[in-house]
Amino acid sequence: MSTATLDKVEAESKASPYIKVTFRIRRFNPEVSAEATWQDFEVDIDPKERVLDGLHKIKWDMDGTLTFRRSCAHGICGSDAMRINGRNRLACKTLIKDINPAKPITIEPIKGLTVLKDLVVDMEPFFQAYRDVMPFLITKGNEPTRERLQSAEDRERFDDTTKCILCAACTSSCPVFWNDGQYFGPAAIVNAHRFIFDSRDEAGEQRLEILNDKDGVWRCRTTFNCTDACPRGIEVTKAIQEVKRALITRRF
Amino acid sequence: MSAETTPAAAGTVDAPYGVDNPAPVIEAPRKRTKKTPKSTRTNFELYGWLFMRLSGIVLVVLVLGHLLIQLVLDGGVSKVGFAFVAGRWASPFWQAWDLIMLWLAMLHGANGLRTVINDYAERDTTRFWLKMLLYTATVFTVLLGSLVIFTFDPNIR
Repeated sequence: MSTATLDKVEAESKASPYIKVTFRIRRFNPEVSAEATWQDFEVDIDPKERVLDGLHKIKWDMDGTLTFRRSCAHGICGSDAMRINGRNRLACKTLIKDINPAKPITIEPIKGLTVLKDLVVDMEPFFQAYRDVMPFLITKGNEPTRERLQSAEDRERFDDTTKCILCAACTSSCPVFWNDGQYFGPAAIVNAHRFIFDSRDEAGEQRLEILNDKDGVWRCRTTFNCTDACPRGIEVTKAIQEVKRALITRRF
Repeated sequence: MSAETTPAAAGTVDAPYGVDNPAPVIEAPRKRTKKTPKSTRTNFELYGWLFMRLSGIVLVVLVLGHLLIQLVLDGGVSKVGFAFVAGRWASPFWQAWDLIMLWLAMLHGANGLRTVINDYAERDTTRFWLKMLLYTATVFTVLLGSLVIFTFDPNIR
């Protein structure tokens, strides 16, 4: 019995794990053309590898002009959010085998932000909205001589929204943000939520006032695109609804 | 799709873009410009959002009740005529029912359309005129409907 298993393993290892996958990438180079075009790359790749590995193979071995962002390549830095097969995902967290490699895999830059080159977008408006909600601890009075202590329950209250890595997958999947872009976007609201519900922070009122703006939380249409897109599994729409509830219970 | 996948051959046609003359990029919508609207410090959107929820609940009762009375109960739609309406509006209860339904439905629908226009209109002028059209239609319908309910005369010739 053991030999049979061994034979099977050997036979499997002899067969190449590589399959041919077509990457259909949205290319844009302002130094060549004002038009963005699709370009196909055929890559031999193990289906257990990630989309980012495929992009690396293309950039390193086939076409060095392909431009995209990535830093840590392990789903922490949040720099390689892109639109893969029509959904916003992190290229470094998406396995080839999970997205049907039999068909061409389409890769586009995230929507709603200015495309600078290929898959690189201008993230400035996104970070502008982030800065607008004051994503830092604000307190009054004298600084304590030791840490600002917090109970486990108080920490639990905003635990979900501390996971945000600012990859912009949620904001660039939001149809309201796509339109006129004045909307703060899910990511900014998530990061406001992280401080609004922090028991140590004392500027929750100020942040709520900022999000009470006509382009604040009230423009959320609860389409749940952000929750679907979040590579960290944050319940983004729920966080937005909690901010709405806080605004209403504060008034009444 | 396959037609679009041809490599960039169209680039040479429109303009001689190069390192010193890159193509213009599409400006991001949230970029801070002089035209960016000032932040508001009112609770209008909060009350609008709340109104949609509350009026929606009330409208479910009012509209379903209305449809039931008009179309299903007591002989269905064939019974509806001038006499039927006149008989109903003789009672202040049905007057109030219809008046509240008119106001809530119109304001609920108008507010919903306002958000649709805000979300979908691309240019500021389009947005402004669509909203003006919407507000005019809403005010006209609400005022006309209220006028009819309050001044209804069953003995009209």
